[in-house]
Amino acid sequence: MGVRVQRQDFDVGAEIEALTGARTDVGACASFVGLVRDRNDGSGVAGMSLEHYPGMTERALEEIVAQAKRRWRLFDVTVIHRHGALRPGDRIVLVVATSAHRADAFAACEFVMDYLKTRAPFWKKERTPEGERWVDAREADDTAASRWD
Amino acid sequence: MAIRVLYFAALRESLDCAGETLELPEGMRTLGALREHLHARGGAWSALAQTKNLRAAVNRSMAQPDSTLADGDEVAFFPPVTGG
Repeated sequence: MGVRVQRQDFDVGAEIEALTGARTDVGACASFVGLVRDRNDGSGVAGMSLEHYPGMTERALEEIVAQAKRRWRLFDVTVIHRHGALRPGDRIVLVVATSAHRADAFAACEFVMDYLKTRAPFWKKERTPEGERWVDAREADDTAASRWD
Repeated sequence: MAIRVLYFAALRESLDCAGETLELPEGMRTLGALREHLHARGGAWSALAQTKNLRAAVNRSMAQPDSTLADGDEVAFFPPVTGG
C-alpha cells in the first residue's frame, strides 16, 4: 500500500496479496511492471543508474495517487519505484490498483504510469558500448499524459 | 534572503555542482529571475538559459517562472524527467 522509492527489488505477488488478501470486496486488481530493456535508441544497454530527488519524488507520486483516487472508484493503489544501479531484466516500477470493477483499475494503472513518466523526478543514465548517456525525455510520454487532461 | 538551490542529473554533471546556498540580490523575488541570475554566470551556467528545456521545483513541487520565492525556500533545476 502507498508509495515507496527504494533501491531493492519488490515482490509483485506479495504486493498484490497485500491489497487483496484480507478483503472480499475487490473485484479487480490491475498491475503494471516496468523493466529495464537491453536495447534503447539503437544501442545495447548494459545497465543503468536511476537518480531521483529524495523528498520530492515521494511527494510527486503521492499526489499522482491522490489524483487517481479522485478520478476513479478505487480501494487502494501501490506505487513502488526503484533507484540506483539496475541491469537489463530488472524490475524498475510497479503500480497496483484495486477496485470493484476492472475499468477503474485498468484506467488508474495507466493514468499513474503516464503521470509518473512526466511528473515524478527520476532520471535514467544508460551504459552503452558507446559510453554512458542520459536518457532523453520523449514527446510520446507528454502526449500520453495529456490525454488525461 | 537565502535559499537552497539543487541541480540534478545531466544538469548537475554539466555544472559540476549538486547544490548551493544562495543569498538573493535585493528585489529578486521569482523563479524566473533566479534562473536569469544563474544563467548570467556564463560558461556551463548558460545551460540555465530560458530557451533550454529545463524543469524547476520550489519546495519540492513543480513550479513556473512566475513562482515567488521566500527566505529558506528549496529550489531545484533539472532536465525533463525520464522515470518509469
